[in-house]
Amino acid sequence: MSSGQLPRWVNYGLIPALNLVAAFLVSGLVVLLIGENPLEAVEILLWGSLGFGEGIGFTLFNATNFIFTGLAVAVAFHAGLFNIGGEGQAYVGGLGVALACLMLDQYVPWWVTMPFAVIFGALFGAAWAFIPAWLQATRGSHIVITTIMFNFIGAALMGYLLVDVISKPGSMQPETRTFEDGGRLPLLDSFLPGDFFGTSQVNLSLIIALLCCVLVWALIWRTRLGYEIRTFGANPTAAVYAGISPVRIIIVTMLISGGLAGLMAINEIMGAQHRLLLEFVAGYGFVGIAVALMGRAHPVGIVLASILFGMLYQGGAELAFEKPAITRDMIVVIQGLVILFAGALEYMFRPALVQLFSFASTPSGNED
Amino acid sequence: MTDTPAIELRKINKSFGPVHANKDIDLLVKKGSIHGIIGENGAGKSTLMSILYGFYQADRGDILVDGKIASVPDSKTAISLGIGMVHQHFMLVDNFSVLENVILGAEGGSRLAGGVEAARKELKRLEQDYDLKVDPDALIGDLPVGLQQRVEILKALFRGADILILDEPTGVLTPAEADHLFRILEVLKNEGKTVLLITHKLREIMAITDTVSVMRRGEMVATRKTAETSMEELAELMVGRSVLLRVDKKPAQPREKVLVVDGLNVTDSRGVNVVKDVSLEVRAGEIVGIAGVSGNGQSELLETLAGIREADRGTIEIDGETIDLARRKTDPAEMRRRNMGHVPEDRHRMGLVTSFAEYENAILGYHNDPKYSKGLFLDTAGIRAAATAEIEQYDIRPPNPLLRTANFSGGNQQKIVLAREIERDPMVLLVGQPTRGVDIGAIEFIHKRLIELRDAGKGILLVSVELDEIRSLADRVLVMFDGSIVGERAPDADEGELGLLMAGVHGETA
Repeated sequence: MSSGQLPRWVNYGLIPALNLVAAFLVSGLVVLLIGENPLEAVEILLWGSLGFGEGIGFTLFNATNFIFTGLAVAVAFHAGLFNIGGEGQAYVGGLGVALACLMLDQYVPWWVTMPFAVIFGALFGAAWAFIPAWLQATRGSHIVITTIMFNFIGAALMGYLLVDVISKPGSMQPETRTFEDGGRLPLLDSFLPGDFFGTSQVNLSLIIALLCCVLVWALIWRTRLGYEIRTFGANPTAAVYAGISPVRIIIVTMLISGGLAGLMAINEIMGAQHRLLLEFVAGYGFVGIAVALMGRAHPVGIVLASILFGMLYQGGAELAFEKPAITRDMIVVIQGLVILFAGALEYMFRPALVQLFSFASTPSGNED
Repeated sequence: MTDTPAIELRKINKSFGPVHANKDIDLLVKKGSIHGIIGENGAGKSTLMSILYGFYQADRGDILVDGKIASVPDSKTAISLGIGMVHQHFMLVDNFSVLENVILGAEGGSRLAGGVEAARKELKRLEQDYDLKVDPDALIGDLPVGLQQRVEILKALFRGADILILDEPTGVLTPAEADHLFRILEVLKNEGKTVLLITHKLREIMAITDTVSVMRRGEMVATRKTAETSMEELAELMVGRSVLLRVDKKPAQPREKVLVVDGLNVTDSRGVNVVKDVSLEVRAGEIVGIAGVSGNGQSELLETLAGIREADRGTIEIDGETIDLARRKTDPAEMRRRNMGHVPEDRHRMGLVTSFAEYENAILGYHNDPKYSKGLFLDTAGIRAAATAEIEQYDIRPPNPLLRTANFSGGNQQKIVLAREIERDPMVLLVGQPTRGVDIGAIEFIHKRLIELRDAGKGILLVSVELDEIRSLADRVLVMFDGSIVGERAPDADEGELGLLMAGVHGETA
């Protein structure tokens, strides 16, 4: 009996597109309600995010953050784990990146610092995911609860460190000293002729993020570990039958997930801020959940979803600037609607499409 | 009693996409009779009943209840028409009492107390009228499946059902429980209720029904009076050709021991000692069958031997080495390395990842085998090629290794598991319920493969609750009762004697 199979392009293309359209239609209504022209708003949003080099730069910079946090959530998804702790893992990952930069920036060029920063960022992020993973694997403490808690613990820890331990000597600011050139990733502009990306800080991290996409794809779909992760995620009993240790898979998967979240700090800390500061993650960790959902936990989907959210962030800022009636909060509403339709209402259109397609594919020979 | 049929179906049609699940189905069910509907998996029996019960809408066709055309848009309407259904998978709330489950959806008012008291009285009456004894205050989760099913029947009767549909009711029952169910159905019939029994087991049809209708590939191919037909005829009608109900095999030629279990004890998560001092041996070239009513420790025994479940005490000797299970945990991967294959009892829950493509399931448990890897990566092309070869050898349909496993029928899914385990050429194969929920054609195939494996000099330990299966496949039969092995018999031993052993009446000392 057919359980309502849909062609791949519908599952991975049409449904996300429909969700997006629905989100924008509702957003348009909201814009109408406050007396602005929705078409004009869309135009500004598109132009602001893609219309000129600097806009594109900011869009890509935001997208880089989303790719890391989206991948982090996606990897955990494949093992059936819901990692809500990307925010905290990225925050603590920032500590690792900053420590590597602070230790090395005065002595070596950036390309020597970079691998250390990558490793430290991933290690620190992974370490922050380890405790919830260990608790889940051996004690059954629900990972959703523990990772949420660890976001708060992480925030408190980082606040303490930034205020009392690693802040710049003699400064009241809760931030570290600014890194020297040896602790700064080059902007993409520096590899390109001209000044295409303007003041935006899209940097080498984008390449690292894309590389991570390839690695995650290979890991999940082409390696034994990925096979074990997917088996455990889809049917834990079958995984045990197959000799796959749940404890090992939960811990290893969460370490990878936390590590990817931690890498987000490479873009933000080493690529843009050039210092560790309070609350630099700014919600990218949470939105990563929506990115992973919308991207169907597949790296290609995540890149696309990341670009979309990057556009929303950048185009939204532009929109708030151009249209005072549309405030920052309105932008948050629009982003929220996209998350609502793409994430929470992911399957809203599915039943209708299943009907439509089963109707369309009924063999014509049976009609009378 | 009038001659108006309880249910009449006229030219019912239903398609799911390209699958025409019901084609022009006509059916007449006499009032106060037990009417069986038999057919292989996927013949369209459950679809037809779902249409009758309002889960699906027919594309075309009429339903007549008590001679009147009825439209059944949902199960609520079905209930009001006096149709009740007992599903294959029970729709009960585990942590509710029997009484609470029975009134669920029919609570009678916003205050519970009044309804509960009325329901308690009604339940008592039903219990007496139909000999359906259940403690109304017991928690569902504490009851064995046989009693849970009784609660489902009570639920339907409580809602005033005159026509009772039972979908594969014995799939989860022990033989004793099934017998009891049949007695209940007799009582219901004598009280004037109409029973529709959906099954793919010929024995049940012969044992209990008055009339039987046979479905094949979405069509109703025949209706017979049960007294005037035979198992052979029905089997032929079901598959469209005659099938071998008996397995052809030569006498076994057992050689050296390949698996020796000594003093095995297992405690389950509730702290109950489920396997008690079990010792057995399996020789190369023989099939040892473990017969028993389900729930007597066979499942746990199999899982422990496969390395999935921990044992308290005991040793197993395999691959020339004795492993003391009390001292260490075995793991399933280790048992596989020691040349033990395992076809688990529940292929959906354990043997397969149904959301995976077929070829991915073809390596489940063997994915660490170096021959499936190329450097850091899995050798996808090689795995697909191997899976394609298995598909051909085991006649798995449709022959597409990229298809999602959930889209294969039960019999073909079982063949995927079997192919995977047999093709690794194990020295010992543990097999649990190899043909549960599998159609006759596949049963025949699976039995033949197991015999071939035996004749190739491998040892097989077979657990099945189908006594017929054990008797036709096994060379020696061990009977398990309450966690212990209570006797060994030859497969051609008297059925009554085996039945007594399975019921816990020890024959050894008598």
